[in-house]
Parts: sequence; C-alpha cells; structure tokens
Amino acid sequence: MTKVSITVNGQAHAADLDPRTLLVEFLRENLRLTGTHVGCDTSQCGACTVHLDGRAVKSCTVLAAQADGKTVTTIEGLAAGETLHPMQAAFREHHGLQCGFCTPGMVMTAVALVQQHEGALSEHDIREGLDGNMCRCTGYQNIVRAIAAGAAGMKA
Amino acid sequence: MYAFDYQRPASVKDAVALSGDETVFLAGGQTLIPTLKQRLRQASVMIDLGAIPELRGITVTADTVTIGAMTCHADVAMSPDVRAAIPGLASLAGQIGDLQVRNCGTLGGSIANNDPAADYPAALVALNAVVHTNTRTLPAEDFFTGMFETALAPGELVVKVVFPKPRRSAFAKFRNPASRYAIAGVFVAETGDGIRVAVIGAGPGVFRIPAMEEVLTKDFSVAALTGIAVDADGLNEDMHATAAYRAHLIGVLAARAVTSLT
Ligand SMILES: Cc1cc2nc3c(=O)[nH]c(=O)nc-3n(C[C@H](O)[C@H](O)[C@H](O)COP(=O)(O)OP(=O)(O)OC[C@H]3O[C@@H](n4cnc5c(N)ncnc54)[C@H](O)[C@@H]3O)c2cc1C
Ligand code: FES
Ligand code: FES
Repeated sequence: MTKVSITVNGQAHAADLDPRTLLVEFLRENLRLTGTHVGCDTSQCGACTVHLDGRAVKSCTVLAAQADGKTVTTIEGLAAGETLHPMQAAFREHHGLQCGFCTPGMVMTAVALVQQHEGALSEHDIREGLDGNMCRCTGYQNIVRAIAAGAAGMKA
Repeated sequence: MYAFDYQRPASVKDAVALSGDETVFLAGGQTLIPTLKQRLRQASVMIDLGAIPELRGITVTADTVTIGAMTCHADVAMSPDVRAAIPGLASLAGQIGDLQVRNCGTLGGSIANNDPAADYPAALVALNAVVHTNTRTLPAEDFFTGMFETALAPGELVVKVVFPKPRRSAFAKFRNPASRYAIAGVFVAETGDGIRVAVIGAGPGVFRIPAMEEVLTKDFSVAALTGIAVDADGLNEDMHATAAYRAHLIGVLAARAVTSLT
C-alpha cells in the first residue's frame, strides 16, 4: 500500500492505496467523482482528462501515487456554485454535445488548451488541441465552435 | 496490472540504489502504464522518477541545449530557449502524440523505450546529441541499438541529453491520424559535423541516409534531392503503409524539411 495526499477541487484528501490504483479510479471510486469518464482505458479517447497541477492529463494513464502532493481539478470543480464555467456555458450554448459521454474530457481539455496556449486560438489550433479527445456523436463541428466561444468567454 | 511496490526516491543516487533485476523506472507513464495494464510487463518495484529535481529542466549555453530526462514534451515544445536555439527540436516535441500525452511523456522515457515510431530518436541522431546516464556518456548513434532496444544496462538511468546547437534544423512527420505516431518522420540538420538526415517510423529503428546527406552538403536544396531513391528493402510494412510507400514518403518528407529551411 502507498499513502497519498491529493488536493481535488480545492479539498485535501488522504488515502492508503494499492499502488496500482489509477488516478481515475481514485477519483471515481474513492471520491465518487463520477464526472470523469473512462471511455477506452487505453490512453486514446481523452474522456478521462483532468487537470494535474493545471495541466490536462489522461487520468487513466496516471497512477494516483504520481499525483501525491499535487492538485487535481475535475469537471465537478469547474463551476463556481450555480454559475457554469465559461467553457461549460459555451458547450451548452453551442450544443457542443449529443450523448455527453466525451463532454467532461472535452471541456477539461478545452480549458487547459486555452490556458496553455499563447495568443489567440485559431480553429486549426482547437482541432489540433483535440487530438487526444474522441467524440463518437457530434462530428466535432459544434465542439470546435463551443471551444472558440468558451475561449473568448474565459478571456472576457 | 500485476501487483508492484511503489517507491518515489528524491535523487538519482537513491533511484539507482533501489533498482535491481525486477524493478522498473516510471517516467511519464505514457508507454509504461498502458503496457502494465495489458500485462505485457511486470515489476516487483516501480521506481517513480517524478520527484527527482535534478532530472528535470532545460539549460542553454552558447553551443548546446541540455534537457533533463524527466522534462516533458510540452515543456520542450513551449520553451522559448529551445525554440530559439533548435527550432526543429521544439517543433518535433510539439508533434508528439496529443496535448495530454505531451504534458506527461518525457524525453528520457521516449529514448529509453526506443519505439521505432518514436520521434525523439530522429532529433538525437540528426543533431549528434550525447546521452548522459548515471554511469557514462554515449553518442546517440551508439545509444539506439535496435527495435525497442538501447545500450542501457539494467538499472542504468538516463539523466540528460546534450544537443549541440545546429546551424539550422527541421522535422517533417507524416502521422497516423488514429495513433498519432509517425508512419515516417525525417529530421534534417546542418550541424558542425555537416548535414545529417535521420529517419524514424519507417524502419526497425532510427537510421541515417548518407546519400541525402552527401548531396545536401554540396547543394542544400530540394532540387538536390531529386533522383535520390530510398531503398524499400528492410523498411516496415503494416496495415497503414507498405515498405515502398514508406520509402517514397521519406523522400517527400526530406524535401518538406529542406523546403522549410530554404
Ligand atoms: C496516445 C499516445 C500517443 C503517442 N504518440 C507518440 C508520438 O506520436 N511520438 C512519440 O514519439 N511518442 C508517442 N507516444 C509515446 C510518448 O511519447 C511516451 O511518453 C514515451 O514514449 C515514453 O515516455 P514516458 O515518459 O511516458 O515513459 P514511461 O512510459 O514512464 O517509460 C517508458 C520506458 O522507459 C523507461 N524509462 C523511463 N525513463 C527512464 C530513464 N530516465 N532512464 C532509463 N529508463 C527510463 C521505463 O522504465 C519504461 O521502460 C504516445 C503515447 C500515447 C499514449
Ligand atoms: S479513458 Fe483515458 S484516454 Fe480513454
Ligand atoms: S457527445 Fe457522445 S461521444 Fe461526444
């Protein structure tokens, strides 16, 4: 077993875990934060994307032990109370989802993309930024539109 | 995953002291964790290199760029120092996988793994970089020994890579859109030791193309490359591309890299 202490959405959590525990398992099973989804478990789809010390990572490909002492933000941690994060609001406004399975990962990647990118995001930058996120429903058009609007919203 | 114990040492010395026959180093985990999940590998002890500050970071001198083994691809891609000193290297790092993979995956993990389709080996060989381990230094061409094979001894740790600054360099890659790995990639560099052209993705490991280097030394132009046929013999064949297709692609990518520099 290995001891971890991880700050998730602003709250400190300590646990004694099997070292094999993936970050996504810790989030979903220990903390019951089931907004973070597992689509593939093979590092391809990005549904499990969360922020680790502010950077987008695939939480199915990070051990919970690697996050010891670090800060994690999940989709549950984006909104301020009842007020949606500008990226969440933009996904709603622009209908950036159909079934919604990929959406938590899309939104977390989009927020990190805006934060990690210097200068304005072009449509090309957005599409490239989504290389690690797959959607089986939408065809991406409205996701890309939503992210452009969400990026503007975040700067506003 | 099979069960393992987990250790997170704070220095290279401690990491090496912990290592043994059945231990495995964990860097960014972007190759190792999927492999462990598939039970293609197992470890008695996982030695996480993530808490060793001396393995991380980028330093630039008048002649070199030194990158710590645990520096992630995103940090190399976004580094203003690397972009100014070796734009081809920054551009290569920015084309690896996807945003999330680049935020975790590391230089040390990539070269220690030596996937035939990994991008970094092309930069190391074309730029004539030197790999520093905890025990010795090795020129890149002696470090990469074959498919998924390197000169690393069991328990030997990559500490950093020193890249001599080239006069100019560029990387051109043709990606498999699903996996993001290269079907082929070509790194062209004008270095202190002349023009060097290194290829990844197309063969069992990284290799140079002396015929291209020779003609580009005389005349650094796309026109010089016409008529240089790459031999398809021994190149990779899979569901994505035949050996002949890859051979042709190498010529196309070399021309793209040269075009971007002229
Ligand atoms: C979806 C996806 C797409 C990808 N696309 C690309 C791509 O386009 N191009 C590309 O080049 N790569 C790609 N990769 C691989 C990625 O770059 C990996 O990060 C890299 O190959 C391994 O680095 P890592 O830090 O994750 O190492 P790990 O997975 O942690 O380790 C890999 C191996 O190296 C060993 N190791 C790690 N660090 C050291 C060290 N310092 N000394 C000695 N041994 C060490 C480990 O023990 C292990 O055997 C992709 C990966 C994924 C998941
Ligand atoms: S569940 Fe993590 S990438 Fe698909
Ligand atoms: S909305 Fe269904 S997978 Fe994207």
